[in-house]
Amino acid sequence: MTEPLLRVRDLKTYFVTEHGSGTARAVDGVSFDLYPGETLGLVGESGCGKTVTSLSVLRLIPEPPGHIRPGSFIEFAGRNLLTLAPRELRAIRGNQIAMIFQEPMTSLNPVFTVGDQIAEAAIVHQRLSRRAARARAIEMLKLVGIPDPAQRVDHYPHQMSGGMRQRVMIAMALVCHPKVLIADEPTTALDVTIQAQILELLERLQAELGMAVMLITHDLGVVAGSADRVVVMYAGQVVEQAPTPDLFARPLHPYTVGLLASVPRLDAPSRARARLHGIPGQVPAASDWPGGCRFHPRCPYAWDRCREEEPPLLDASTGEPGSHTVRCWLLTEPQRRTGRPGS
Amino acid sequence: MTSSSALVDVQGLVKHFPGERAFFGLGRPRAVVRAVDDVSFAITSGQTLGLVGESGCGKSTVGRTILRLIEPDAGRVLMDGLNLLTLGGRELRALRRRMQIVFQDPYGSLNPRLTVRQTLAEPLAIHHLATGADAGRRIAALLEEVGLDPGFARSYAHELSGGQRQRVGIARALSVEPQFLVLDEPVSALDVSVQAQVLNLLADLQQRRRLTYLFIAHDLAVVKYIADDVAVMYLGKIVERAPAPRLYAAPRHPYTTSLLSAVPVPDPTAQRPRIVLTGDVPSPAHPPAGCPFHPRCPHPKKDARCHTEPPALREVAPGQLAACHYAEEPL
Amino acid sequence: MSVWNWLAVGGAAVLALVAVAEIRRRTGTGSSGRRFFRHPSAAPALFVLAFFVTVALAAPLVTPYRPYVQIDITRLANHAPSTQFPLGTDPFGRDVWSRLVYGARISLGIGALAMLVAVTTGVVVGGVAGYFRRWVDATLMRLVDVGLAMPRVFMLLMVVALWDHVPLTVLVLLIGLTGWFGTSRLVRAEVLSVREREFVAAARALGAEPARVILRHVLPNAAAPIIVSAALGIGNVMLLEAGLSFLGLGVPSPAPSWGNMIADGWPKMAVAWWASTFPGLAISLVVMALNAVGDALRDALDPRKETA
Repeated sequence: MTEPLLRVRDLKTYFVTEHGSGTARAVDGVSFDLYPGETLGLVGESGCGKTVTSLSVLRLIPEPPGHIRPGSFIEFAGRNLLTLAPRELRAIRGNQIAMIFQEPMTSLNPVFTVGDQIAEAAIVHQRLSRRAARARAIEMLKLVGIPDPAQRVDHYPHQMSGGMRQRVMIAMALVCHPKVLIADEPTTALDVTIQAQILELLERLQAELGMAVMLITHDLGVVAGSADRVVVMYAGQVVEQAPTPDLFARPLHPYTVGLLASVPRLDAPSRARARLHGIPGQVPAASDWPGGCRFHPRCPYAWDRCREEEPPLLDASTGEPGSHTVRCWLLTEPQRRTGRPGS
Repeated sequence: MTSSSALVDVQGLVKHFPGERAFFGLGRPRAVVRAVDDVSFAITSGQTLGLVGESGCGKSTVGRTILRLIEPDAGRVLMDGLNLLTLGGRELRALRRRMQIVFQDPYGSLNPRLTVRQTLAEPLAIHHLATGADAGRRIAALLEEVGLDPGFARSYAHELSGGQRQRVGIARALSVEPQFLVLDEPVSALDVSVQAQVLNLLADLQQRRRLTYLFIAHDLAVVKYIADDVAVMYLGKIVERAPAPRLYAAPRHPYTTSLLSAVPVPDPTAQRPRIVLTGDVPSPAHPPAGCPFHPRCPHPKKDARCHTEPPALREVAPGQLAACHYAEEPL
Repeated sequence: MSVWNWLAVGGAAVLALVAVAEIRRRTGTGSSGRRFFRHPSAAPALFVLAFFVTVALAAPLVTPYRPYVQIDITRLANHAPSTQFPLGTDPFGRDVWSRLVYGARISLGIGALAMLVAVTTGVVVGGVAGYFRRWVDATLMRLVDVGLAMPRVFMLLMVVALWDHVPLTVLVLLIGLTGWFGTSRLVRAEVLSVREREFVAAARALGAEPARVILRHVLPNAAAPIIVSAALGIGNVMLLEAGLSFLGLGVPSPAPSWGNMIADGWPKMAVAWWASTFPGLAISLVVMALNAVGDALRDALDPRKETA
């Protein structure tokens, strides 16, 4: 197997809560690898820590109130990003690791033309001249499928639709041909037909530019269509991690199973008022994770051990060892899964 | 969907918003935004009509115009044969008891200065349904009905999660015992696991209370779980309307087909034809001539007629209406 | 000044302290109270205001003289501060401390009442314009534009100059009725944004009357900036009153206001600095305190500052 491009180990990002009294353990011991050229889906509901994880990779966590705990480790190209000097870090941000955000409305600066904003990274990182950077911006707009790029380059963000703005965001992120693209809910604010366009665009660009994509999303449908591997997060931890086909064919963590059962499916047989199997209860607060397994209060299988002892990530791979891991005690007592609800 | 058994019958609804004036009114005259352009449908008592479309298609405006939160420019909204749009004062207030709305944003739809109890007591007071201890009992019962502990009555909105707020919003709508609910994207702001809980709740309430729903959503997969009939909107017009099983199995309008194919399915092995529409939804202030969908239409038969002649919404199969010249030859 | 007066002043200070502590204890558990007292200047500012209000209310107890009494015009004019006259006497032989305390009644009273008039008018006009929009809004806002375009002090001078002796109620009404334009704009903007929120639509869908919607759903959620601007506005009004009185067109002598006290002491500034300086300091202190309270209120009432 090839060497991972990005190696995240035991990442802990905590926040001080408003009263200054508590600590919100938003990301609490997350480890995963990102391999060259692959798309890794990071999935979970709001409050699971997926966005904080992605922001931590580029050290974009506001400090205070947030801080990345010592002992956390994020290795990129042989170097620990968490110990880099600010200047070295800036040389990586936007250049080798780029990021796109959910809100194409607020992520673009309204007072500059889209051309200026795309060119900026090229000027900063590659020391291109203004003229060369502008040519590059036009080239990027063309790459992301914006019609009339030579005219559009002088437009302001408000003159563009949401889908167009997201394309501009992608052009901005890719202008330096990064090795890693972190896409945080890139299609959540968009309509389905536009979402389909953007996902297709990302797929095409990834193939053309050979970059690795970390796709953060709450939408299991998006993951199924785009990701090679999936990391499922719950309550600040990775609860299951597997190649995409494996995860959807053989989900093992009760949370993954519940999540899959919650999604209304277009491919389900048509009958009005069919019941969805939701997950009872709700995500606990990050300042107050339950003891033991963090999912146990909502888990239909939980027994004493789940309440007392936090499970580690256990190997459940059928193929390559370590390819499918699950944070659940059920793996040690599979007979408990039978005859229970949830699937 | 005959009008005779319909609880709610919407006929020729039109709402145009005056557009923004270019250059502080010195430029071109205002372009009118045709938010809702001749929309008609009927909902049978006890059934759910799913109203689907992308942002800006006018689906929310339809819901709000029916409740007269926005005054329509033309059309009729009949409830039990009574035209809502010509009612005034007292009669309108009485009718408001019979129809209610649940909003998308669980953060914006509750007054942050009121407790849950105050929020739910207000409609009871407005319509003189209950006061004092009687109101307290009814509030507790309402909270229990929507799956919340009556202890939540003392909470403020910001102390609740998104799903809990949405349940309070539903309880508020139910407090006046309506027959008809407009559900305006009631689950799209919620996490999937909570979304499933709320969808189940809505289905249960409909059965228990014999409610009629207009379920407005952008997500066809969600609508599939709750709607008996589905209407698809594009640029202020209904382009297809059919019983849900028909619409999902055999869509006739190319826009419906494209929309269905764009919905991601959580199954990596699914082999589905993917139609990726090009371009953006045009501005409703400047809708294309002819068929409003023609600039993005992937239909191979698209021709000059589509550019010039707006297709009428017509019955193309029993119970199924589509506004496409080539509805007989679907994609 | 007698021992009793000193004791009463001390008592007023203690009372003010207790009041601040009590406010802090009662609101400190809520998140907005916590945000308010997070400002380092909030508690001292509140104390300053509480102290002046207490002293003004208890004026006969804390002062040795009536404010207009000329104790001994020949021998006790321009007397420097001493134990008998803690802030000295003015050129007319009146005790500055006594006048300052009675003046607080007038100056603070005019400030608060004129602001009340201004805020009430501004809220009504802005609320109606913002809620009903269309021609109501257009008409009212043009009126406001006209009001804002008029030079306020000049207008006040013109009107006041018509009177020989301006009654206080007229002065309050004049200041109030020329000071609501900004507030009405603020309220209108706030109402316009709040009325688009869905809980307002929900209330309308439930059949609530416009008055109920405005009073229960719109205004309470638009209240924060109104309260803040009112707190800041009182200081402004006090400065305006001081300016008018200084020009001899505000509160007429011998009734004391902080503004006309400055005017009275002004000619003898070189020999008796205290007669003008202490009322000037009092104005500055109160205005600064009001600004500090306004700033703290801004944070306290802003739910966006809610991080948890």
